[in-house]
Amino acid sequence: MNAPVSVRQSRSQPDGATGVPAILLIPASIAVAFLVLPLAALLVRAPWSTLGSLLSTPEVRDALRLSVVSASLATLISLVVGVPLAWVLARSQIRGRGVLRALVTVPLVLPPVVGGVALLLALGRRGVLGEPLYSATGVSFPFTTTAVVLAQTFVAMPFLIISVEGSLRAADRRYEDAAATLGAGRAMTFRRVTLPLIAPGVAAGAVLCWARALGEFGATITFAGNFPGTTRTMTLQVYLALETDPDAAIALSLVLLAVSILTLGLLRDRWLMRT
Amino acid sequence: MSLSAHVVIQRGSLGVDVALEVKPGEVLALLGPNGAGKSTVLRVLAGLARPHAGLVRLDGQSLDDPAAGIRLAPHRRPIGMVFQDHLLFPHLSTVDNIAFGLRARGSSRAAAHTVAARWVARMHLSEHSSAKPRSLSGGQAQRVALARALAGDPRLLLLDEPLSALDARTKLDVRADLRHHLGDFAGATVLVTHDPVDAMALADQLVVVERGRVVQVGTPVEVSRRPRTDYVARLVGLSLLSGTAHGRAVLLDNGAAVQVAEASNGPVFVAIRPASVGLYRSRPDGSPRNVWPATVAGVTPYGETLRVDLEGEVPLTADVSPEAAAELDLVLGAGVWASVKASEVAAYPA
Repeated sequence: MNAPVSVRQSRSQPDGATGVPAILLIPASIAVAFLVLPLAALLVRAPWSTLGSLLSTPEVRDALRLSVVSASLATLISLVVGVPLAWVLARSQIRGRGVLRALVTVPLVLPPVVGGVALLLALGRRGVLGEPLYSATGVSFPFTTTAVVLAQTFVAMPFLIISVEGSLRAADRRYEDAAATLGAGRAMTFRRVTLPLIAPGVAAGAVLCWARALGEFGATITFAGNFPGTTRTMTLQVYLALETDPDAAIALSLVLLAVSILTLGLLRDRWLMRT
Repeated sequence: MSLSAHVVIQRGSLGVDVALEVKPGEVLALLGPNGAGKSTVLRVLAGLARPHAGLVRLDGQSLDDPAAGIRLAPHRRPIGMVFQDHLLFPHLSTVDNIAFGLRARGSSRAAAHTVAARWVARMHLSEHSSAKPRSLSGGQAQRVALARALAGDPRLLLLDEPLSALDARTKLDVRADLRHHLGDFAGATVLVTHDPVDAMALADQLVVVERGRVVQVGTPVEVSRRPRTDYVARLVGLSLLSGTAHGRAVLLDNGAAVQVAEASNGPVFVAIRPASVGLYRSRPDGSPRNVWPATVAGVTPYGETLRVDLEGEVPLTADVSPEAAAELDLVLGAGVWASVKASEVAAYPA
């Protein structure tokens, strides 16, 4: 068991020692294999030659467009209402802030399918809010593209809130003092000083939020259903295709994998460079 | 454009109670050790901290009057402030930093830009007009910060340790520059510093603050000649003693006697310059001299001389040349005789 295991040497240890004891190295290697092999399998089995045609069927293109549009809308909604909420959580003196923060981050750990059920009970045609809304205006959310956006927003917005709140807490508030002494009221200070200062955090939160919305499955299928063209997003299409056309499922999965890797690339400086 | 302020505020365990009067065009320096409450007073004047009591009035207009429930928000005060680390907005260029206050106070983009461009030229920053703060040197950043504070034509200028972020060499130039610009400013200026040289060089009036209280007020010349606390005396490099004058003799509180230049009566402070203290291995002869035995408690380089702290019945500081120090064998604990001519000793009412 003392055979040296080939591990890329850390640049900070030019003497050749990895500094990792065998008792940790072996389980760590298993973990790496477990996390990486499935992705490798995806690449190995990918139908590279027919990829183009698989991704250009009307069904796939609809799913792709729906996913991108709905995830982008969910991110936009999250920005519009989530950034102000992050400010409230980070800066205001209102009572029960801790409880409020806990409440809005519940969707982060809640099983998405439960989120879908909850949305249905709130905004469904028989829902707590949905029923009076339907009887008053005839508007009904479930099984519409709007429902897809709502489900994605519900699940993804907490990622944005957490990220922006962290940036607000880390930002140097003395810049806001400086703005105040220069005659800027709170709204202008927020717009012209605070927001630019926390822009990297907002961008990171938006990317994270968008990626999460794009990958959303459980809440969507529960609240929005699975109708081609209106609510069948990429993830739903992958799940369905796996039974009927596995090659299409793999092709779609590759697209989502590529998006994930791109997301990590965008967040690299904030999430991967920690040592 | 005169400021009249009485600031009462609790900052943690420190109770601050400081009163100031600044006339138009006058520069007042709040001088004191770190943690004395100087910056807190400045934050109250800016509206960034809320006083518990007192009154802040600018040209007769109340900015803070807790008793009457008056408190003007910081962005409504006609002030300009320069912060310790300048706090230039990192995402804005030099000219946009300077234009920020004008825009905030309602100028159009074009008008703000015109005024800001004038300040850029005036501060010799033309080459750096579109530079971001991180590419500016300390001295340049300081000038941008000053321009940003002055561009809005404030009636009260607040400077919080404006030179402390600069290295020693830059500081000399920037201090001279700042002095020049403060000379042109028509409003009242309040400067906070812990550096007596900055205070002496820039201020018309010093207010010395220790532990939240004013311990001395006066012109730089008055304060440096006649310090009233040990802190101030050490700052200006004087030995300060207190006692009771009986004609030209002063009986110190610890029982020793000092001969002084001018006769007076009653409680006095006695200030002795380190350069006027002579050190001898054996008791020197001749009168009219003050001569006391002392032991060396510390020797530190001070410019081209050595500054010697002395313990004894009259605690003193003496400046001696390195040659004299070697000859006297001034090691820690060495016994020496200290002598000062009566004509070199200033006494003033306590």
